[in-house]
Amino acid sequence: MSEAHATLVAEQFDDLAQQHQAASLGMWVFLATEVLFFGGLLASYTIYRYLYLPAFEVGSRHLEVVWGATNTVVLICSSLTMALAVRAAQLGKKKHLISFLVVTLIFGLMFLFIKFAFEWRHEYLDHLAPGINFDFAGPQARHVELFMVFYFILTGLHALHMIIGVGVLTGLIIMASRNAFSKDRFNAVEIAGLYWHFVDIVWIFLFPLLYLIGGRYS
Amino acid sequence: MSELISHIENKRLYFVIWALLLCFTALTTGVAFIDLGAMNTVVALAIAVCKAALVVLFFMHVRHSEGLVRVVVVGAFFWLLILIVISISDFATRGLVRNPHWL
Repeated sequence: MSEAHATLVAEQFDDLAQQHQAASLGMWVFLATEVLFFGGLLASYTIYRYLYLPAFEVGSRHLEVVWGATNTVVLICSSLTMALAVRAAQLGKKKHLISFLVVTLIFGLMFLFIKFAFEWRHEYLDHLAPGINFDFAGPQARHVELFMVFYFILTGLHALHMIIGVGVLTGLIIMASRNAFSKDRFNAVEIAGLYWHFVDIVWIFLFPLLYLIGGRYS
Repeated sequence: MSELISHIENKRLYFVIWALLLCFTALTTGVAFIDLGAMNTVVALAIAVCKAALVVLFFMHVRHSEGLVRVVVVGAFFWLLILIVISISDFATRGLVRNPHWL
């Protein structure tokens, strides 16, 4: 093992491959806790949906399916550019890495802008924000309100994860421009990619659960 | 060197997965506007699971991961399944069976 190579491997690891595996495994264990973090909310959403199905369908129809679908496309595109960023890091292509990270960051900000400036604003103006201005004329107003509580908490927690992801991407861009990564040293990019794709997966489930399965045809 | 650390995926494959994910998104949005009764929910969730599987296998490199990572991935989603299936099986079966007279 060369001298330069040796400094890349932390003391507790045999070689770079083992160090890389440990980093991925650690991130996946964290993501497993995240699955169950969102899982508690998804389980309670499932139960209340089962108990108050008609009201949940009414609530679902008040969401903007066009913006929900647009944001799904934005996130899928950001996942592609993130995967390409990780690939650029693996190949040690600094310029490509920085460009792909910047594009991913822009997609992330675009998602957040649509979420807050179009969707949440629209729902607020429709008097659908529980605890702030909820005002719904209908026989099941309380249960529609419960749906909106789930909507705001689920999309809010997802948006919080996106904001953290945007921070992580900004950090990576700064590190990459300071030559922190190379063909042998890209674990940070790889595990940030895992996180970003996970946040995408959460949205892949939230989109049908909140926007689509509420009987859009009627 | 990095080929020894982790597998480097073909760039074209990423674009194929991306196109598939976009097709699935269009499909699931379109199907939501067709009345399939209870099947609407089943179809929407089935498409979501397919999309998630594509992201996990290809974008998150689980296709080339070692066994330990796969155990964690499967474990995470299996535990989520336990949480939801057992919770809903409680609520969905309430009132199906009457209490015996001596209770």
